Amino acid sequence: MFEYNFHWRPVFRSLPDLFDAGLITLQVATFAMVAGIVLGLTLAAIRLNMRGPMYWFATTWIELARNTPALFQLFFFGFGIGAFGIHLTPYMIVFVGLTFNSAGYLAENFRGGFRAIPVTQLHAARSLGMTNWQVYTRILVPQVLRIVYYPMTNQFVWVVLMSSLGMLVGLRELSGETQFFASKTYRIFEYFAVTAIIYYVMVKVILIIARLLASRLFRY
Amino acid sequence: MGGSISVFSSFGPQDIMYLAEAAGRTLLISIISISMGSLFGVIFGWMLYEGRLWGTFFLSPILDLFRSVPLIIQLVLFYNFAPIVGLNLDAFESGLVVLTLYTASLVANVARGGIEAVGVPMRRAARSLGLTYWQDLRCVVFPIGVRAVFPSWVGVALGVLKDSALVSVLGYVELVKASQILMTRTQEPLLIIAIAGAFYFALSYPISRFSAKLENRWSQ
Repeated sequence: MFEYNFHWRPVFRSLPDLFDAGLITLQVATFAMVAGIVLGLTLAAIRLNMRGPMYWFATTWIELARNTPALFQLFFFGFGIGAFGIHLTPYMIVFVGLTFNSAGYLAENFRGGFRAIPVTQLHAARSLGMTNWQVYTRILVPQVLRIVYYPMTNQFVWVVLMSSLGMLVGLRELSGETQFFASKTYRIFEYFAVTAIIYYVMVKVILIIARLLASRLFRY
Repeated sequence: MGGSISVFSSFGPQDIMYLAEAAGRTLLISIISISMGSLFGVIFGWMLYEGRLWGTFFLSPILDLFRSVPLIIQLVLFYNFAPIVGLNLDAFESGLVVLTLYTASLVANVARGGIEAVGVPMRRAARSLGLTYWQDLRCVVFPIGVRAVFPSWVGVALGVLKDSALVSVLGYVELVKASQILMTRTQEPLLIIAIAGAFYFALSYPISRFSAKLENRWSQ
Protein backbone atom coordinates (compact mmCIF):
# COMPACT_ATOMS: atom_id res chain seq x y z
CA MET A 1 0.00 0.00 0.00
CA PHE A 2 2.71 2.46 0.96
CA GLU A 3 5.08 3.09 -1.88
CA TYR A 4 6.60 5.84 0.18
CA ASN A 5 9.64 5.23 2.34
CA PHE A 6 9.47 7.02 5.62
CA HIS A 7 12.76 8.47 6.79
CA TRP A 8 12.61 9.45 10.41
CA ARG A 9 16.32 9.69 11.12
CA PRO A 10 16.87 13.29 9.92
CA VAL A 11 13.90 14.32 12.07
CA PHE A 12 15.34 12.72 15.16
CA ARG A 13 18.71 14.29 14.47
CA SER A 14 17.16 17.76 14.41
CA LEU A 15 14.93 17.21 17.43
CA PRO A 16 17.11 19.42 19.68
CA ASP A 17 16.72 22.28 17.20
CA LEU A 18 12.97 21.73 17.13
CA PHE A 19 12.79 21.82 20.92
CA ASP A 20 14.77 25.09 20.95
CA ALA A 21 12.33 26.47 18.39
CA GLY A 22 9.49 25.28 20.60
CA LEU A 23 10.88 27.48 23.35
CA ILE A 24 10.74 30.47 21.00
CA THR A 25 7.11 29.59 20.28
CA LEU A 26 6.32 29.52 24.00
CA GLN A 27 8.27 32.71 24.60
CA VAL A 28 6.58 34.78 21.91
CA ALA A 29 3.18 33.38 22.88
CA THR A 30 3.73 34.23 26.55
CA PHE A 31 4.86 37.78 25.79
CA ALA A 32 1.93 38.30 23.43
CA MET A 33 -0.48 36.89 26.00
CA VAL A 34 0.78 39.13 28.82
CA ALA A 35 0.67 42.20 26.59
CA GLY A 36 -2.73 41.07 25.34
CA ILE A 37 -4.11 40.81 28.88
CA VAL A 38 -2.90 44.31 29.79
CA LEU A 39 -4.23 45.84 26.57
CA GLY A 40 -7.41 43.78 26.72
CA LEU A 41 -8.18 45.03 30.23
CA THR A 42 -7.54 48.58 29.07
CA LEU A 43 -9.77 48.20 26.03
CA ALA A 44 -12.55 46.65 28.10
CA ALA A 45 -12.35 49.45 30.70
CA ILE A 46 -12.42 52.07 27.94
CA ARG A 47 -15.43 50.49 26.29
CA LEU A 48 -17.32 50.36 29.57
CA ASN A 49 -16.48 53.81 30.91
CA MET A 50 -15.70 56.22 28.12
CA ARG A 51 -17.55 57.98 25.34
CA GLY A 52 -16.32 59.68 22.22
CA PRO A 53 -13.11 59.01 20.30
CA MET A 54 -11.56 56.66 22.89
CA TYR A 55 -14.68 54.48 22.80
CA TRP A 56 -14.58 54.29 19.03
CA PHE A 57 -10.88 53.56 19.03
CA ALA A 58 -11.36 50.62 21.39
CA THR A 59 -14.41 49.36 19.49
CA THR A 60 -12.63 49.54 16.15
CA TRP A 61 -9.64 47.65 17.55
CA ILE A 62 -11.84 44.92 19.01
CA GLU A 63 -14.01 44.50 15.91
CA LEU A 64 -11.02 44.49 13.54
CA ALA A 65 -9.20 41.93 15.68
CA ARG A 66 -12.26 39.69 15.88
CA ASN A 67 -13.50 39.96 12.31
CA THR A 68 -10.35 39.51 10.24
CA PRO A 69 -8.06 36.46 10.09
CA ALA A 70 -5.00 36.42 12.33
CA LEU A 71 -2.89 35.70 9.27
CA PHE A 72 -4.17 38.88 7.68
CA GLN A 73 -3.28 40.84 10.83
CA LEU A 74 0.25 39.44 10.75
CA PHE A 75 0.58 40.46 7.11
CA PHE A 76 -0.57 43.94 8.03
CA PHE A 77 2.11 44.29 10.67
CA GLY A 78 4.61 42.51 8.44
CA PHE A 79 4.17 44.23 5.11
CA GLY A 80 1.37 46.79 5.41
CA ILE A 81 2.97 49.23 7.81
CA GLY A 82 6.09 49.23 5.67
CA ALA A 83 4.23 52.00 3.82
CA PHE A 84 4.74 54.18 6.90
CA GLY A 85 8.43 53.33 6.95
CA ILE A 86 8.12 50.93 9.87
CA HIS A 87 9.88 47.61 9.35
CA LEU A 88 9.61 45.03 12.11
CA THR A 89 11.70 41.93 12.58
CA PRO A 90 9.82 38.62 12.14
CA TYR A 91 9.78 38.15 15.91
CA MET A 92 8.23 41.58 16.42
CA ILE A 93 5.70 40.96 13.64
CA VAL A 94 4.45 37.84 15.37
CA PHE A 95 4.53 39.47 18.80
CA VAL A 96 2.68 42.61 17.72
CA GLY A 97 0.21 40.69 15.53
CA LEU A 98 -0.69 38.17 18.22
CA THR A 99 -0.92 40.91 20.85
CA PHE A 100 -3.31 42.90 18.66
CA ASN A 101 -5.40 39.79 18.04
CA SER A 102 -5.57 38.45 21.59
CA ALA A 103 -6.18 41.92 23.08
CA GLY A 104 -9.30 42.14 20.91
CA TYR A 105 -10.59 38.70 21.89
CA LEU A 106 -9.70 39.08 25.57
CA ALA A 107 -11.30 42.53 25.77
CA GLU A 108 -14.70 40.99 25.06
CA ASN A 109 -14.14 38.33 27.72
CA PHE A 110 -13.05 40.96 30.22
CA ARG A 111 -16.05 43.12 29.42
CA GLY A 112 -18.30 40.22 30.36
CA GLY A 113 -16.22 39.76 33.51
CA PHE A 114 -16.56 43.41 34.53
CA ARG A 115 -20.30 43.21 33.93
CA ALA A 116 -20.54 40.20 36.25
CA ILE A 117 -19.27 42.18 39.24
CA PRO A 118 -22.07 43.98 41.10
CA VAL A 119 -21.79 47.75 40.64
CA THR A 120 -22.35 48.18 44.39
CA GLN A 121 -18.77 47.00 44.94
CA LEU A 122 -17.53 49.90 42.86
CA HIS A 123 -19.71 52.34 44.82
CA ALA A 124 -18.55 50.92 48.14
CA ALA A 125 -14.89 51.20 47.18
CA ARG A 126 -15.37 54.72 45.88
CA SER A 127 -17.13 55.81 49.08
CA LEU A 128 -14.18 54.44 51.06
CA GLY A 129 -12.13 57.07 49.32
CA MET A 130 -10.39 54.95 46.70
CA THR A 131 -9.55 56.56 43.40
CA ASN A 132 -10.89 55.07 40.19
CA TRP A 133 -7.46 53.59 39.46
CA GLN A 134 -7.35 51.95 42.88
CA VAL A 135 -10.83 50.54 42.47
CA TYR A 136 -9.84 48.97 39.19
CA THR A 137 -6.45 47.59 40.17
CA ARG A 138 -7.39 46.38 43.67
CA ILE A 139 -11.06 45.45 43.50
CA LEU A 140 -12.27 44.82 39.96
CA VAL A 141 -9.35 43.45 37.96
CA PRO A 142 -8.40 40.67 40.42
CA GLN A 143 -11.99 39.43 40.36
CA VAL A 144 -12.28 39.71 36.60
CA LEU A 145 -9.09 37.70 36.09
CA ARG A 146 -10.58 35.03 38.29
CA ILE A 147 -13.92 35.00 36.46
CA VAL A 148 -12.34 34.72 33.01
CA TYR A 149 -9.55 32.35 34.06
CA TYR A 150 -10.75 29.44 31.91
CA PRO A 151 -11.48 31.49 28.80
CA MET A 152 -8.01 32.97 29.31
CA THR A 153 -6.30 29.58 29.35
CA ASN A 154 -8.17 28.74 26.14
CA GLN A 155 -7.00 31.99 24.65
CA PHE A 156 -3.41 31.19 25.60
CA VAL A 157 -3.68 27.84 23.82
CA TRP A 158 -5.01 29.69 20.77
CA VAL A 159 -2.07 32.10 20.91
CA VAL A 160 0.39 29.20 21.02
CA LEU A 161 -1.32 27.60 18.04
CA MET A 162 -1.54 30.90 16.16
CA SER A 163 2.14 31.59 16.65
CA SER A 164 2.63 28.87 14.02
CA LEU A 165 1.73 31.58 11.51
CA GLY A 166 5.22 32.87 12.24
CA MET A 167 6.44 30.47 9.57
CA LEU A 168 4.71 32.61 6.94
CA VAL A 169 6.47 35.81 7.98
CA GLY A 170 9.89 34.22 8.39
CA LEU A 171 10.10 33.58 12.11
CA ARG A 172 11.98 30.40 12.99
CA GLU A 173 9.70 29.30 15.79
CA LEU A 174 8.57 25.66 15.94
CA SER A 175 6.67 25.74 12.64
CA GLY A 176 9.18 27.95 10.88
CA GLU A 177 12.06 25.73 11.99
CA THR A 178 10.11 22.67 10.85
CA GLN A 179 9.53 24.18 7.44
CA PHE A 180 13.20 25.10 7.21
CA PHE A 181 14.29 21.52 7.88
CA ALA A 182 11.51 20.08 5.75
CA SER A 183 12.58 22.06 2.72
CA LYS A 184 16.23 21.25 3.39
CA THR A 185 15.74 17.49 3.60
CA TYR A 186 12.46 17.14 1.67
CA ARG A 187 11.02 14.91 4.40
CA ILE A 188 7.99 17.18 4.70
CA PHE A 189 5.52 14.67 6.10
CA GLU A 190 7.89 13.27 8.72
CA TYR A 191 8.90 16.69 10.01
CA PHE A 192 5.40 18.06 10.23
CA ALA A 193 4.11 14.89 11.88
CA VAL A 194 6.69 15.24 14.65
CA THR A 195 5.91 18.94 15.00
CA ALA A 196 2.22 18.17 15.31
CA ILE A 197 3.03 15.83 18.20
CA ILE A 198 5.20 18.49 19.86
CA TYR A 199 2.37 21.03 19.60
CA TYR A 200 -0.10 18.52 21.01
CA VAL A 201 2.10 17.75 23.99
CA MET A 202 2.77 21.45 24.54
CA VAL A 203 -0.95 22.26 24.59
CA LYS A 204 -1.72 19.41 26.96
CA VAL A 205 1.06 20.43 29.35
CA ILE A 206 -0.19 24.04 29.32
CA LEU A 207 -3.71 22.90 30.15
CA ILE A 208 -2.49 20.67 32.99
CA ILE A 209 -0.35 23.46 34.44
CA ALA A 210 -3.28 25.86 34.16
CA ARG A 211 -5.49 23.43 36.06
CA LEU A 212 -2.90 22.94 38.80
CA LEU A 213 -2.44 26.71 39.05
CA ALA A 214 -6.18 27.17 39.31
CA SER A 215 -6.45 24.78 42.25
CA ARG A 216 -3.65 26.74 43.93
CA LEU A 217 -4.87 30.24 43.12
CA PHE A 218 -8.56 29.81 43.73
CA ARG A 219 -8.40 28.31 47.20
CA TYR A 220 -10.41 30.39 49.57
CA MET B 1 14.19 49.34 -25.04
CA GLY B 2 10.82 49.97 -26.62
CA GLY B 3 9.20 46.57 -26.30
CA SER B 4 10.06 45.85 -22.70
CA ILE B 5 7.41 44.27 -20.55
CA SER B 6 6.84 46.04 -17.27
CA VAL B 7 6.99 43.54 -14.44
CA PHE B 8 5.53 45.80 -11.82
CA SER B 9 2.32 47.60 -12.67
CA SER B 10 0.17 49.59 -10.33
CA PHE B 11 -3.11 48.62 -8.76
CA GLY B 12 -6.01 48.96 -11.17
CA PRO B 13 -9.76 48.44 -11.13
CA GLN B 14 -9.46 44.95 -12.63
CA ASP B 15 -7.47 43.95 -9.56
CA ILE B 16 -10.46 44.68 -7.36
CA MET B 17 -12.41 42.21 -9.47
CA TYR B 18 -9.57 39.73 -8.99
CA LEU B 19 -9.80 40.17 -5.22
CA ALA B 20 -13.59 39.87 -5.34
CA GLU B 21 -13.27 36.57 -7.19
CA ALA B 22 -10.80 35.42 -4.56
CA ALA B 23 -13.25 36.45 -1.86
CA GLY B 24 -15.80 34.29 -3.66
CA ARG B 25 -13.41 31.34 -3.40
CA THR B 26 -12.87 32.04 0.31
CA LEU B 27 -16.63 32.00 0.71
CA LEU B 28 -16.97 28.81 -1.37
CA ILE B 29 -14.48 26.73 0.60
CA SER B 30 -15.85 28.12 3.90
CA ILE B 31 -19.50 27.44 3.12
CA ILE B 32 -18.87 23.88 1.95
CA SER B 33 -16.61 22.99 4.86
CA ILE B 34 -18.83 24.70 7.44
CA SER B 35 -21.97 22.92 6.26
CA MET B 36 -20.33 19.51 5.91
CA GLY B 37 -18.38 19.99 9.12
CA SER B 38 -21.50 21.01 11.00
CA LEU B 39 -23.33 17.94 9.77
CA PHE B 40 -20.53 15.63 10.91
CA GLY B 41 -20.10 17.70 14.05
CA VAL B 42 -23.72 17.22 15.09
CA ILE B 43 -23.40 13.48 14.56
CA PHE B 44 -20.15 13.41 16.55
CA GLY B 45 -21.73 15.55 19.25
CA TRP B 46 -24.61 13.11 19.55
CA MET B 47 -22.11 10.23 19.72
CA LEU B 48 -20.17 12.05 22.44
CA TYR B 49 -23.39 12.46 24.40
CA GLU B 50 -24.76 8.97 23.94
CA GLY B 51 -21.70 6.76 23.57
CA ARG B 52 -20.51 7.04 27.13
CA LEU B 53 -17.23 5.11 27.45
CA TRP B 54 -16.71 4.94 23.74
CA GLY B 55 -17.18 8.66 23.41
CA THR B 56 -14.90 9.71 26.23
CA PHE B 57 -12.05 7.32 25.54
CA PHE B 58 -12.07 7.04 21.79
CA LEU B 59 -13.91 9.78 19.93
CA SER B 60 -13.18 12.70 22.22
CA PRO B 61 -9.34 12.34 22.13
CA ILE B 62 -9.43 12.11 18.34
CA LEU B 63 -11.55 15.25 18.03
CA ASP B 64 -9.29 16.90 20.57
CA LEU B 65 -6.32 16.37 18.24
CA PHE B 66 -7.77 18.78 15.70
CA ARG B 67 -8.08 21.46 18.34
CA SER B 68 -4.58 20.97 19.78
CA VAL B 69 -2.52 21.12 16.61
CA PRO B 70 -2.24 24.35 14.59
CA LEU B 71 -4.48 24.28 11.54
CA ILE B 72 -1.58 25.23 9.31
CA ILE B 73 0.32 22.11 10.44
CA GLN B 74 -2.78 19.97 9.83
CA LEU B 75 -3.08 21.39 6.32
CA VAL B 76 0.57 20.81 5.38
CA LEU B 77 0.50 17.38 6.98
CA PHE B 78 -2.62 16.23 5.17
CA TYR B 79 -1.54 17.75 1.86
CA ASN B 80 1.68 15.74 2.03
CA PHE B 81 0.04 12.66 3.49
CA ALA B 82 -2.65 12.21 0.85
CA PRO B 83 -0.26 11.20 -1.96
CA ILE B 84 1.39 8.66 0.35
CA VAL B 85 -1.85 6.69 0.57
CA GLY B 86 -2.46 7.18 -3.13
CA LEU B 87 -4.94 10.05 -3.10
CA ASN B 88 -4.42 12.76 -5.65
CA LEU B 89 -5.94 15.82 -4.04
CA ASP B 90 -5.38 19.38 -5.16
CA ALA B 91 -5.08 22.32 -2.79
CA PHE B 92 -8.83 22.97 -2.75
CA GLU B 93 -9.77 19.37 -1.96
CA SER B 94 -7.10 18.96 0.73
CA GLY B 95 -8.12 22.25 2.29
CA LEU B 96 -11.75 21.18 2.19
CA VAL B 97 -11.06 17.87 3.92
CA VAL B 98 -8.97 19.44 6.69
CA LEU B 99 -11.33 22.37 7.24
CA THR B 100 -14.31 20.01 7.37
CA LEU B 101 -12.69 17.80 9.99
CA TYR B 102 -11.58 20.87 11.93
CA THR B 103 -15.10 22.32 11.86
CA ALA B 104 -16.58 18.97 12.84
CA SER B 105 -14.30 18.71 15.87
CA LEU B 106 -15.34 22.20 17.03
CA VAL B 107 -19.04 21.72 16.28
CA ALA B 108 -19.08 18.35 18.08
CA ASN B 109 -18.53 20.05 21.42
CA VAL B 110 -21.09 22.74 20.63
CA ALA B 111 -23.65 20.09 19.65
CA ARG B 112 -23.02 18.08 22.79
CA GLY B 113 -23.57 21.27 24.80
CA GLY B 114 -26.83 21.76 22.95
CA ILE B 115 -28.06 18.28 23.82
CA GLU B 116 -27.03 18.75 27.43
CA ALA B 117 -28.90 22.07 27.53
CA VAL B 118 -32.16 20.16 27.18
CA GLY B 119 -33.13 18.97 30.63
CA VAL B 120 -33.52 15.27 31.32
CA PRO B 121 -37.04 15.78 32.82
CA MET B 122 -38.15 17.39 29.57
CA ARG B 123 -36.93 14.42 27.58
CA ARG B 124 -38.55 11.96 29.96
CA ALA B 125 -41.78 13.88 29.62
CA ALA B 126 -41.52 13.66 25.85
CA ARG B 127 -40.90 9.93 26.01
CA SER B 128 -43.80 9.37 28.40
CA LEU B 129 -46.09 11.19 26.00
CA GLY B 130 -45.33 8.39 23.61
CA LEU B 131 -42.69 9.97 21.38
CA THR B 132 -40.09 7.57 20.06
CA TYR B 133 -36.38 8.26 20.63
CA TRP B 134 -36.01 9.86 17.20
CA GLN B 135 -39.15 11.94 17.56
CA ASP B 136 -37.84 13.13 20.90
CA LEU B 137 -34.52 14.12 19.28
CA ARG B 138 -36.15 15.79 16.30
CA CYS B 139 -39.08 17.58 17.91
CA VAL B 140 -37.82 18.34 21.43
CA VAL B 141 -34.05 18.25 21.69
CA PHE B 142 -33.27 19.82 18.32
CA PRO B 143 -35.39 23.01 18.59
CA ILE B 144 -34.36 23.70 22.18
CA GLY B 145 -30.72 22.74 21.74
CA VAL B 146 -30.28 24.85 18.61
CA ARG B 147 -31.51 27.93 20.43
CA ALA B 148 -29.15 27.30 23.30
CA VAL B 149 -26.00 26.95 21.24
CA PHE B 150 -26.72 28.91 18.07
CA PRO B 151 -24.45 31.83 19.05
CA SER B 152 -21.52 29.52 19.75
CA TRP B 153 -22.12 27.77 16.46
CA VAL B 154 -21.98 31.12 14.66
CA GLY B 155 -18.73 31.79 16.50
CA VAL B 156 -17.30 28.51 15.20
CA ALA B 157 -18.51 29.22 11.67
CA LEU B 158 -16.94 32.69 11.65
CA GLY B 159 -13.74 31.20 13.06
CA VAL B 160 -13.60 28.73 10.18
CA LEU B 161 -14.29 31.50 7.67
CA LYS B 162 -11.25 33.34 9.00
CA ASP B 163 -9.13 30.22 9.35
CA SER B 164 -9.79 29.36 5.71
CA ALA B 165 -7.14 32.02 5.04
CA LEU B 166 -4.59 29.34 5.91
CA VAL B 167 -5.49 27.26 2.87
CA SER B 168 -3.41 29.84 0.98
CA VAL B 169 -0.38 27.93 2.28
CA LEU B 170 -1.26 25.05 -0.04
CA GLY B 171 -1.56 27.41 -2.98
CA TYR B 172 -5.35 27.74 -3.21
CA VAL B 173 -5.92 31.26 -4.50
CA GLU B 174 -8.34 32.69 -1.97
CA LEU B 175 -8.24 36.21 -0.54
CA VAL B 176 -4.91 36.03 1.26
CA LYS B 177 -3.10 34.25 -1.57
CA ALA B 178 -4.60 36.63 -4.13
CA SER B 179 -3.49 39.64 -2.12
CA GLN B 180 -0.01 38.16 -1.82
CA ILE B 181 0.13 37.78 -5.59
CA LEU B 182 -1.02 41.37 -6.08
CA MET B 183 1.41 42.65 -3.46
CA THR B 184 4.28 41.07 -5.35
CA ARG B 185 3.16 42.63 -8.62
CA THR B 186 2.10 46.11 -7.55
CA GLN B 187 4.41 46.66 -4.59
CA GLU B 188 1.58 48.46 -2.80
CA PRO B 189 1.07 46.20 0.20
CA LEU B 190 -0.88 48.57 2.45
CA LEU B 191 -3.61 49.31 -0.10
CA ILE B 192 -4.09 45.65 -1.00
CA ILE B 193 -4.07 44.49 2.59
CA ALA B 194 -6.66 47.14 3.43
CA ILE B 195 -8.93 45.95 0.60
CA ALA B 196 -8.54 42.27 1.48
CA GLY B 197 -9.21 43.10 5.12
CA ALA B 198 -12.32 45.02 4.11
CA PHE B 199 -13.58 41.93 2.28
CA TYR B 200 -13.08 39.74 5.34
CA PHE B 201 -14.66 42.33 7.57
CA ALA B 202 -17.64 42.68 5.25
CA LEU B 203 -18.16 38.91 5.34
CA SER B 204 -17.71 38.44 9.06
CA TYR B 205 -18.96 41.55 10.83
CA PRO B 206 -22.62 41.53 9.70
CA ILE B 207 -22.98 37.88 10.69
CA SER B 208 -21.48 38.44 14.12
CA ARG B 209 -23.74 41.45 14.72
CA PHE B 210 -26.77 39.50 13.53
CA SER B 211 -25.96 36.63 15.87
CA ALA B 212 -25.46 38.98 18.82
CA LYS B 213 -28.85 40.55 18.10
CA LEU B 214 -30.50 37.16 17.86
CA GLU B 215 -28.88 36.07 21.10
CA ASN B 216 -30.22 39.17 22.83
CA ARG B 217 -33.72 38.57 21.54
CA TRP B 218 -33.75 34.90 22.53
CA SER B 219 -32.40 35.53 26.00
CA GLN B 220 -35.29 37.85 26.83
